[in-house]
Amino acid sequence: MNNRVLSLVLSRLLIAVITLVIVSFAVFFATTLLPGDTASILLGQAATPEAVEGLRKAMHLDEPAIFRFLRWIVGLLQGDLGISYANEMPVADLIGGRFVNTLQLAGVTALFSVPIALTLGITSAMLRGSPYDRIVTVLTIGVISVPEFMIATSAVLIFAVYLKWLPALSFANEVTSLTDLLRIYAMPVITLSFVISAQMIRMTRAAVIETLNTPYVEMALLKGASRPRMVFRHALPNALGPIVNAVALSLSYLLGGVIIVETIFNYPGIAKLMVDAVSTRDLPLIQSCAMVFCLGYLLLITTADIIAILSNPRLR
Amino acid sequence: MTMTHSETKSARISGTRLGYRFNIVGMVGLSIILFWALVAIFAPLIIPYPVGEIVDLDYFGPMSRDFWLGSDYLGRDMLSRILMGARYTVGISLAAVTIACFSGVVLGMIAAVAGGWLDTILSRLLDALNSIPSKLFGLVVVAAVGSSIPVLILTLSVVYIPGAYRFARALAVNINAMDFITVARIRGESTLYLIRSEILPNIIGPVLADLGIRFVFIVLLLSGLSFLGLGVQPPYADWGALVRENIGALPFGAPAVIFPSFAIASLTISVNLLIDNLPQKIRDRSE
Amino acid sequence: MVNLVEIRDLKVEATTDSGRKVEIIKGVSLDVAEGEIVALIGESGSGKTTIALTLMGYARPGCRISGGSVSVAGNDLVTLTEKQRAKVRGTEVTYVPQSAAAAFNPAATIMDQVIEITRIHGLMPVVEARARAVELFRALSLPEPETIGSRYPHQVSGGQLQRLSAAMALIGDPKLVIFDEPTTALDVTTQIEVLRAFKSVMKKGGIAGVYVSHDLAVVAQIADHIVVLKAGEVQEAGTTEEILSNAKHPYTRELLSAFEPKPREAADAAESAPAPLLKIENLVAGYGASKCDGLPLVRAVEDVSLKVGKGRNLGIIGESGCGKSTLARAIAGILPAAVGKIVFDGKELGRSARERTRDQLREMQIVFQYADTALNPAKSVEDILDRPLVFYHGMNARARSLRIDELLDMVRLPRNLRHRRPGELSGGQKQRVNFARALAADPKLILCDEITSALDTVVAAAVIELLKELQRELGLSYIFISHDLSVVEAICDEIVVMYGGRKVEDITPARINAPHHPYSQLLFSSVPKLDPAWLDGLEQDPELVRAYCRR
Repeated sequence: MNNRVLSLVLSRLLIAVITLVIVSFAVFFATTLLPGDTASILLGQAATPEAVEGLRKAMHLDEPAIFRFLRWIVGLLQGDLGISYANEMPVADLIGGRFVNTLQLAGVTALFSVPIALTLGITSAMLRGSPYDRIVTVLTIGVISVPEFMIATSAVLIFAVYLKWLPALSFANEVTSLTDLLRIYAMPVITLSFVISAQMIRMTRAAVIETLNTPYVEMALLKGASRPRMVFRHALPNALGPIVNAVALSLSYLLGGVIIVETIFNYPGIAKLMVDAVSTRDLPLIQSCAMVFCLGYLLLITTADIIAILSNPRLR
Repeated sequence: MTMTHSETKSARISGTRLGYRFNIVGMVGLSIILFWALVAIFAPLIIPYPVGEIVDLDYFGPMSRDFWLGSDYLGRDMLSRILMGARYTVGISLAAVTIACFSGVVLGMIAAVAGGWLDTILSRLLDALNSIPSKLFGLVVVAAVGSSIPVLILTLSVVYIPGAYRFARALAVNINAMDFITVARIRGESTLYLIRSEILPNIIGPVLADLGIRFVFIVLLLSGLSFLGLGVQPPYADWGALVRENIGALPFGAPAVIFPSFAIASLTISVNLLIDNLPQKIRDRSE
Repeated sequence: MVNLVEIRDLKVEATTDSGRKVEIIKGVSLDVAEGEIVALIGESGSGKTTIALTLMGYARPGCRISGGSVSVAGNDLVTLTEKQRAKVRGTEVTYVPQSAAAAFNPAATIMDQVIEITRIHGLMPVVEARARAVELFRALSLPEPETIGSRYPHQVSGGQLQRLSAAMALIGDPKLVIFDEPTTALDVTTQIEVLRAFKSVMKKGGIAGVYVSHDLAVVAQIADHIVVLKAGEVQEAGTTEEILSNAKHPYTRELLSAFEPKPREAADAAESAPAPLLKIENLVAGYGASKCDGLPLVRAVEDVSLKVGKGRNLGIIGESGCGKSTLARAIAGILPAAVGKIVFDGKELGRSARERTRDQLREMQIVFQYADTALNPAKSVEDILDRPLVFYHGMNARARSLRIDELLDMVRLPRNLRHRRPGELSGGQKQRVNFARALAADPKLILCDEITSALDTVVAAAVIELLKELQRELGLSYIFISHDLSVVEAICDEIVVMYGGRKVEDITPARINAPHHPYSQLLFSSVPKLDPAWLDGLEQDPELVRAYCRR
């Protein structure tokens, strides 16, 4: 790695950090917009004004927002995510287990969909214009065009209602055997895979087609190279950056999809936790969940950008 | 004689530029879009039953002669509810996409032409806004200030301003590097003139196509939020909310849960089909 | 079988964007004998590259060979299957592309790509292929032949890549090599070396070649036969001698006459020095953040001074990267100069266009090389010409309409073109509109930045003629920036030679054949002449070449 690449990567990381600061700022102030006085909500209607005042002090609600923001950020950095308003447990404990559940779901989905999506994307680019390519293209447009909940409900209708293969709901605490595991993950994974695969196929196909149209691939053709050689020797090595970029970006769609999927299948992950927290107005919990999501998202986009920089042969 | 000839020729060309010519698939997409637009406008005149009235004794009723698309969880007519739902889904999305694209495109062009620190700051801020997943953003804002239709419209537009901005900026930066902009600059033209007369006419085609794609995203996000119970609130219901209301019918596969989904899919797929079949020139996207 | 290549009644069809089918090659026949080099010459769109590619049985996407036969060494490539064609490509027929920089895969080393043909067709063991490649590198006089193969394409220069692509074409001992404008993107001083290398390798191996070019003088050096093409048809064919000395077809004559030097009338030179219209003193300009002494990081123009008299023309000549375009931009105020004075019509101008008055901007106009990007594709010719009339002169609609007619007449364009958009015009027409827009401002000085470089020879010659006429009528002054000596010679009273950001010499037409500065001598002697013996007879001081050529 030479200096130019290093400085590009470092500047990308710096941008990520700056973005994270702006995002945390935005998350904090969006959540403080929540209507009503938190202290009086927590204590209920019967609380005396003195009690409310006392709690406000204890929670530092009487301080200017900027101080509370700094206090919150410092807490985050020290791993102190605050105490949940709803059940007075540390937020870190609430999130911990749920976060692992969501990571499992995302991990299984990625393992499942990345190979399939890449194969479909690359082959349809190679066979551009063929009936196979058209079918893949139409299907991906179809999947991209419908909301996630519709894919989820269709999956339920097909696999649970008509075929009766799988249960409609997931409960991760009842895992006793491999079949249980399969049955629990199947529905959410199928739904999420559809959602992110469609994106990935589209972007991969576009990236490969772009490199297939370059003069050096035409040159390979004029050297007498076979089609597979043109694709695997000349197009793919140059499309690698854009493809990995596409994978990382598609995985970031997982974060949006997971909110709907966990809700619909009642999956005990962090997104479900957050949707519930929104309905109980559990401020620290919402903030922390939002930060976890943004961090994950930022991590994926930054990784995508850095891979794009590293894979550029001109920077070697 | 020659004048009229060249006149018609230039009219044809600008027609192509705005995308008046498409193939059959594009035409089908366009007709479905127009159908839903007309439904959204005339819904109160064509619904067979009042939307709020319980007309069927059964709930989750099947399709029948009286109730073409069955009845919902309270026994209300689904057809009427879907037709009225078009108003919310199409109306809110259209308003949001207009605001998002207008602000995004104007900011993007200004950033591209002005360059320098203004460009850097705008781009950084909007990129940061972009690193909040859209559903999460909707979730937090709607939870914070409650869900009313104006709040929904504003939230949806804010979510999609960064995308519209990036798209328009990328196009405008390309145009801005052209020599005819340099010529106009050293003629002494103002920034406003550059944006309005030199850049906008060259990016309007792709920008309109982008507006269509962003419209699809907004319909999907709105439906998703409504499905989570954070979108349009009862007694009103858009298509996403109709799916939520009737999700109980899922185990029986009743029409009440299927048809609102179909309505969403028909609209979004049509827009995508229309855009994918626009002439190549308009679809050329620099993203 | 007498000839290696026999093309008979070849037809190629292209599908346009609107789905219509157009015949772009209309029944072309030609022959190439063993060991002979045939040049295909013609302007852009004449179909020369399309014909050359059919020799490999290949038509670009959207095109299709629709009739005729293309036989190479007894095989008719039109009737072969794609698999059989792949066997011919790289072994019997090979290709040297116009832009080697784009034709090399950026992700693989040069050696891997040069010997790829031997791998694809299993011609020889890798070790042998590498040794042969090094031999070829040496024969093509590439520097460091032993190690250059281990580099990546972006690490070597354009002239080297062009020769490396020839090595790539020659590795499989082909019978026929197709050269597709292989020196068009190179500077003249570099072109000589590349041409020499090509010529010696081809002659030594007795390999037949098809050389596609738009430049008759280049072709004259290397080809045995010349085929002149226009609009997908053969206009004239013959030996190089015949075509150069005894052309029959009017189009060929037109091509040839565009080469004849037409120096400006001596009358102008006799005039005693007129008052200077523009005076540049010690200009420094460049790019990048300015350092603490106020100078830019990368200095593209270094301490240049020059003068342009009223009604006189100044040519600025130099190779790519010599700073000539940056100088034009600094004069126009697009890229403000860091240091120096610009005095125009007796008044000192602001360095940035923003600091100049509207009248000052109006009196100095600039015309760019690529009319495609200099004209807004979304506006009609009328709207394009209209704006300066409103902006500078505040004319009313009627006056503007009349003036637009006048302007179109001045640049010899039909008036009914005013409703068209730039995309519907030819390259020459676009450049005329581009020029008319500058005229609309009623300027005193027009900066012409390579305005003929993107045009075909014949069209460029007509544009130069037009410029001369307008100068006589309107008393304009031009600063004419070009890499092409013949263009500058044809129109300028005085020539400035630039190298590495500096002005190396001031030349008047009287001394055009005897420049003093060694770089000017090298540059002037490198311009190809129509004489076929020119390249072989040319002797350049190798010291000089080494000092000034970056290849």
